[in-house]
Amino acid sequence: MLARIQVPAQARRGDIIVIRIAIQHPMETGYRPDNFGRRIAKNVINTLTCRYNGIEVFRAEMGSGVSANPQLQFHVRADSSGEFVFDWVDDSGQRGNERAPIAVTG
Amino acid sequence: MSADRRRFLISCSVLAFAPALGHAQQNPQREALLRELSRGAPVRVGRVVVDTPTLADNGHSVPLRIAVDSPMTAADHVRRITILAERNPRPVVASYSLGPHSGRAEIATRIRVADIQDVIAVAECSDGSFWMGSAHVIVTELACLEG
Repeated sequence: MLARIQVPAQARRGDIIVIRIAIQHPMETGYRPDNFGRRIAKNVINTLTCRYNGIEVFRAEMGSGVSANPQLQFHVRADSSGEFVFDWVDDSGQRGNERAPIAVTG
Repeated sequence: MSADRRRFLISCSVLAFAPALGHAQQNPQREALLRELSRGAPVRVGRVVVDTPTLADNGHSVPLRIAVDSPMTAADHVRRITILAERNPRPVVASYSLGPHSGRAEIATRIRVADIQDVIAVAECSDGSFWMGSAHVIVTELACLEG
């Protein structure tokens, strides 16, 4: 799954940084028919987690009410250099992950 | 003034205020959703701001920003923010877990809105209290209903 995740490369200790996520995914609602009139099964990214140096700092549980190609923006307080790890999974069991390093000064 | 006329005027004034009364009183479906979410605890109105365009021309992708007034310290923070769209086929849109690491209780995303409705955000705080805010969204092209 194609994803674009924006994490600032640098931050000062104590800064509140913005994390932006965009993942390419149809987020099928389960209500939409295909060309033959059969229902396309519900398939949405149901869980996304963000870990910062191994600690889970954010988790999103999503349903069919989230738009296709979900976008998400949230905040994290930068307290030490390290790595952000993002993991997500959809209803079909397909997983995606992304990593982003951060350098914290001061 | 006759008694009949007086009664008529009183009923007119009651009718004029009826929509306002109806708005203050929550509908049963919303009450049930909120009660389930808060496990019976009262959900108070306030502290939560839902920012969204009043008129969204595409219900498939309505931008939404939710901000909760909270210091986000270890002792006092928002644990969870839940988005509800009660007239969607599945009213619970998404739920986000936060903590003192978040620094700021604010999230932004894009949601599907199936009908003209109030989009509600409920925040669960670390002290066990629940707060809610809402925004009325008018969509010109509805989501979820094609086919």
